Amino acid sequence: MNFDFSDDQKMLKDQAHKFLSEKCTPKTVRGVYQSGSTFDRALWKQIAELGWAGTAIPEQYGGLGLGYLELCVIAEELGRALAPVPFSSTVYQFAEALLVSGSEEQKQRLLPKVAGCEIIGTLARAEGPGAILPKNIRTTFRNGKLNGKKTAVVDGMDADYAVVLARGSDDAGERGLQLALVDLKQAGVKRRAQQSIDPSRAHAELTFENANAEALGKQGEAWSDLNRVLDRAAILMAFEQVGGADVCLQMAKGYAMERYAFGRPIASFQAIKHKLADMYVGNELARSNAYYGAWALSTGARELPLAAAAARVSATQAFDFSAKENIQTHGGVGFTWEFDCHFYYKRSRELGLALGPQRVWKDKLVTQLELSNAA
Amino acid sequence: MDFEDSPEEARFRAEARAWLDANAKLKTARDAGDPLGEDDKTSLKAAKAWQAKKAEKGYARITWPKEVGGLGGTPMQQVIFNQEEAKYDVANTGAFAIGLGMCIPTLMAYGSKEAIARYVKPALRGDEIWCQLFSEPAGGSDVAALRTRAEKDGNDWVINGSKVWTTGAQFSDYGLLLARTDPTVPKHKGLTMFYLSMKQPGVEVRPIKQASGASGFNEIFFTNVRIPDSQRLGEVGQGWQAALTTLMHERLAVGGGTGGALDVPQLVQLARELELEDGPAIKNAAVREKIADWYVRSAGLKYTTYRTMTALSRGQQPGPEASIAKIVVASKLQDLSAFAMELEGEVGALTGEDGVENGAFQMGWLGAPGLRIAGGTDEILRNIIAERVLGLPQDIRVDKDVPFNKAPTGK
Repeated sequence: MNFDFSDDQKMLKDQAHKFLSEKCTPKTVRGVYQSGSTFDRALWKQIAELGWAGTAIPEQYGGLGLGYLELCVIAEELGRALAPVPFSSTVYQFAEALLVSGSEEQKQRLLPKVAGCEIIGTLARAEGPGAILPKNIRTTFRNGKLNGKKTAVVDGMDADYAVVLARGSDDAGERGLQLALVDLKQAGVKRRAQQSIDPSRAHAELTFENANAEALGKQGEAWSDLNRVLDRAAILMAFEQVGGADVCLQMAKGYAMERYAFGRPIASFQAIKHKLADMYVGNELARSNAYYGAWALSTGARELPLAAAAARVSATQAFDFSAKENIQTHGGVGFTWEFDCHFYYKRSRELGLALGPQRVWKDKLVTQLELSNAA
Repeated sequence: MDFEDSPEEARFRAEARAWLDANAKLKTARDAGDPLGEDDKTSLKAAKAWQAKKAEKGYARITWPKEVGGLGGTPMQQVIFNQEEAKYDVANTGAFAIGLGMCIPTLMAYGSKEAIARYVKPALRGDEIWCQLFSEPAGGSDVAALRTRAEKDGNDWVINGSKVWTTGAQFSDYGLLLARTDPTVPKHKGLTMFYLSMKQPGVEVRPIKQASGASGFNEIFFTNVRIPDSQRLGEVGQGWQAALTTLMHERLAVGGGTGGALDVPQLVQLARELELEDGPAIKNAAVREKIADWYVRSAGLKYTTYRTMTALSRGQQPGPEASIAKIVVASKLQDLSAFAMELEGEVGALTGEDGVENGAFQMGWLGAPGLRIAGGTDEILRNIIAERVLGLPQDIRVDKDVPFNKAPTGK
């Protein structure tokens, strides 16, 4: 049994932790909140120098070719630090979409730039509130031209490229869908900054008017390709969520030990102890599910869709719970702008929605159980 | 990262499997398993026979030194043996678990050479069964509040009082007893540990009929039970320290199941078979959400166990994550069973032969309150996580420095 990260991977994690505890403190996050900028450019530049974006990108495409386990440990540390950079959209979503659906030429052209953080990429799916269903996708991709509107696109203000879920034919179902790769720096693309619950993760509305775009992958396979990308991204993001959840528990613990009420540290009250114990239980379950996801991702196992859904649901629940109960443990000060608790509360929900809500992932999970049960 | 054995582990697994092949048959169909704690003479006889066979090879307690009948192996080897043994149709040796897991290790830590020579091997072979006599009507979660008295009379001790929730006492030969030897000092300081024969005059064992109707536990009454001072373990007044040794050995229960036979697969199966108001239950969104919620808890525990086993496999001390298991399992069983009964509708009220699947979910639901209490209540386990894992301070204890006979009791 060897269900843990290797010493080398743990060392990489320690290095990432050390780097981020110096370069990305809650003050960094506060800086983005208060400056009104969309992300921290200085931090992004330093991350570029470290080569983190290329961790799992094969060497032939300019990456480090280390692997997904290495990317998972970095993701946990980015999540812990609430790093306000376009890493998850660029690396977990855009790069994975290229790896899953891209042609050899597209991968050669773009992945080295991703690995060097020379470009920012994102994935554009939603067109409005509610479920994202094949029949509701109105954005069209015909004869190399993209038309339509996408909303709540993470890092959409800064992205150089987007992978857009569009309709490529008259077929109104899944088979008519096509992924389109679009350069966002062109006249046919309009961007509008949107207000996000998490100001350190900027969102945008993208409008395409006869924008030039190219097909990514085959028509008819777009929906299944997209789901494969989301599965991979869900596992990587689960590590960010697990990292964030752990910080919330540590913050709540630290505060409860220092804060005296009724003549004793509030950490000695069972109401607080049991709350923190529940945070610990949820966080450990999430961590274990995330590890299983990491294994599935790194080996390309058949169980990957089930592992991804479980990692996603478990991590979302853990971060949601830890973030809200961290504020509760702090009491009134936890609800002030001045304290850092709200950064985590906002990020927990932002990450919990970014790849689709729990409802969708729970449904995927049970579909996988039905399949494995039938086999 | 993988789930493979190391070469050494693989070698041990092959050895264990070869021995099991030579001595037992692989399970054929789905096996319901013996209900634990039932006073079933035949199954106890079979358990003793299987235990003796394992003991001959050192497999009865793999981590114990060879001198006392173990194999001198590693905790990981014990886990591997348990995994392999579970594939074979062998008698359930759960009746020996408390004795070997908790009582005998305490005896080995505190007993005389003579006592160790006399008791360890018969216990290992299953010839003699031990039970643990700690909990009392006045001391469950707060076990140090126990009241059973041991009073010195010459070279003997005289025991009076009662114990409760004692697993396996009905077929036990010996018991590990924690008793109060001095009620005039604070509660933790007036306790002493002993062992005694359960077959001697003055010891009365009565089964407890549980809320579920089953009787897996007992209450024990001691009336002027006389035991020699040589059956004392540790110093007078040092019983609490000895008890902590006993309870520490509970931690080694790794590699076992995580919640028994009733879990998400059974619920999925039920949901496939039932029709609800809007179609098949398995297609109902509310049902799917619940299944997913419980699945991530089950899977999370399973992979937490893998993490613990990985630490053992690397020769490291397992982390504290193993302490979450029972909190998760017990509540999940209760909630999942109740939800399954909801799906069954009015028929959910039926159990036994009249129930769906012979009342499997009904039995789970009836047993669940016990699981949430036995071996540490949900609340005590949360305290343990808060204090020992997270390092939070203990609650203020109003009876800590008060002589036991002056402490508030509410009666």
